Amino acid sequence: MKIKTLAGTCAAAALAFAGLSAWAGPVDDTLVINEEIEIVTHTTSAPDYIDGLSEQYSGWHFREDDTRDMQRDDFDNPGMLGVEAAMEDWNTEDGAEGKSCASCHEAPESMAGVRTQMPKFSETKGTMMTLEMYINECRTERMGAEAWGWDDAAMVNMTALISSVSRGMPVNVAVDGPAAPFWELGKEMYYTRYGQLELSCANCHEQNYGNFIRADHLSQGQVNGFPVYRLKDAKLSSIHNRFKGCIRDTRAETFKPGSPEFIALETYVASRGNGLSVEGPSVRN
Amino acid sequence: MKRHILLGLLLSAVTATAETAPAAVTFEEGAVAQSLTGVAGDPAEGAKVMSNRALGNCVACHTVSAMPDVAFQGNVGPSLDGAAERWEEAQLRGIVSDAKMTFDGSVMPSFYKTGPYIRPGDAFTGKAPEGELPPMLTAQQIEDVVAYLLTLKE
Ligand code: HEC
Ligand code: HEC
Repeated sequence: MKIKTLAGTCAAAALAFAGLSAWAGPVDDTLVINEEIEIVTHTTSAPDYIDGLSEQYSGWHFREDDTRDMQRDDFDNPGMLGVEAAMEDWNTEDGAEGKSCASCHEAPESMAGVRTQMPKFSETKGTMMTLEMYINECRTERMGAEAWGWDDAAMVNMTALISSVSRGMPVNVAVDGPAAPFWELGKEMYYTRYGQLELSCANCHEQNYGNFIRADHLSQGQVNGFPVYRLKDAKLSSIHNRFKGCIRDTRAETFKPGSPEFIALETYVASRGNGLSVEGPSVRN
Repeated sequence: MKRHILLGLLLSAVTATAETAPAAVTFEEGAVAQSLTGVAGDPAEGAKVMSNRALGNCVACHTVSAMPDVAFQGNVGPSLDGAAERWEEAQLRGIVSDAKMTFDGSVMPSFYKTGPYIRPGDAFTGKAPEGELPPMLTAQQIEDVVAYLLTLKE
């Protein structure tokens, strides 16, 4: 006999046990940045192609008061230092063509809305492209400059700058058309129980968000806040860097940032956040 | 000194022969009747295995009120308080060895199993393992944990 109903009973018992680490769901709070940009951090209806979620929450709801507060004002958000550094790069010529980002795109505000659609299928390249890949395409093909590494500070900072001008706009990643096969692969990965611990993304972020795994308050693992400034690392961190860490934590052989697997996974995970606002650079612990 | 080494060798020789290998464990409705080692479990060792991150790290998912000094106990799984009153020894051995034999599709990891796994890694390094992976807990550690769980009466 396999005991399936017991799980429910036990979960209820765990809730009733208000002991050492009391259960705490998402915090009830709203985020307005600089008293101006309203951020949708919670919706009461997830997109219908997401089987396991009835509501969406940004990871912001699962962090402590002081961490959440840091995001309310750009002066308190350490991720904005990365944005500032990227502003320099934006205006600095680099590479054989003697061009800067500004030479073609003028002010960074011209990028408003770009982050909402990433990753996006590129017709010219015939493949799924993340924001990092679009940035490197400009650097290598239009500026004649060196590609940046996926997790180079300059790259992560530039993704922070480009995200920052979309803050408050709804994530709107395509899941059909040419994106469909990537999305399907990403979905399959999301439910795969990797590693010796045999845990899938869904085991932690769909089945158990709101619960604690040791000291960690589990969120839905949404990517609308990326890049995130992690207080623990004292730096901005990319989406793929986070994926790498989560898979490693299942005692698995992880994948590499920029790998086809993570591009597919990002496509799927980003779509789980369609309807939440772009929030990056956000602050997490 | 020499005597200790000898004793150690002897002990490991003894356990090596008496131990049931992960693949040879027989589950009956999730329970494992026979001790995996034939050596009685040590509850104090079991408590260490349960709270150590690199070993069982059971408290990542379970609370145990009898371990008030262990900080940050998680709640992905039910509280283990009173576990000895809900389960027989054989059932606990089964749950700790491979919880999926009792709870279909459980998120609880299988601690006395060597595979098959999808992309197993070398502990928390993110890298592929060099050789074959040992189970996450040794047979004696399983017995120690079971012995500790048997002390959890409400
Ligand atoms: C990743 C989470 C996780 C870890 C780690 C974990 N468990 Fe569990 N455990 C669960 C869940 C969830 C259940 C409830 C059964 C279910 O719903 O699948 C459970 C059930 C149990 C039960 C039966 C619960 C009861 O009291 O009725 C026992 C006993 C148990 N676990 C012991 C352990 C021990 C001992 C360890 C470490 C060696 C451990 N668990 C590690 C998640 C976990
Ligand atoms: C063993 C549990 C576990 C598994 C499995 C897991 N994660 Fe996580 N994840 C965490 C923890 C803990 C955090 C930090 C707290 C939080 O935000 O949930 C986290 C954070 C994240 C974040 C950052 C969210 C934010 O707002 O900052 C993302 C994105 C994420 N995970 C995605 C994934 C994906 C995708 C997978 C599967 C490939 C996955 N996780 C698997 C435990 C896990």
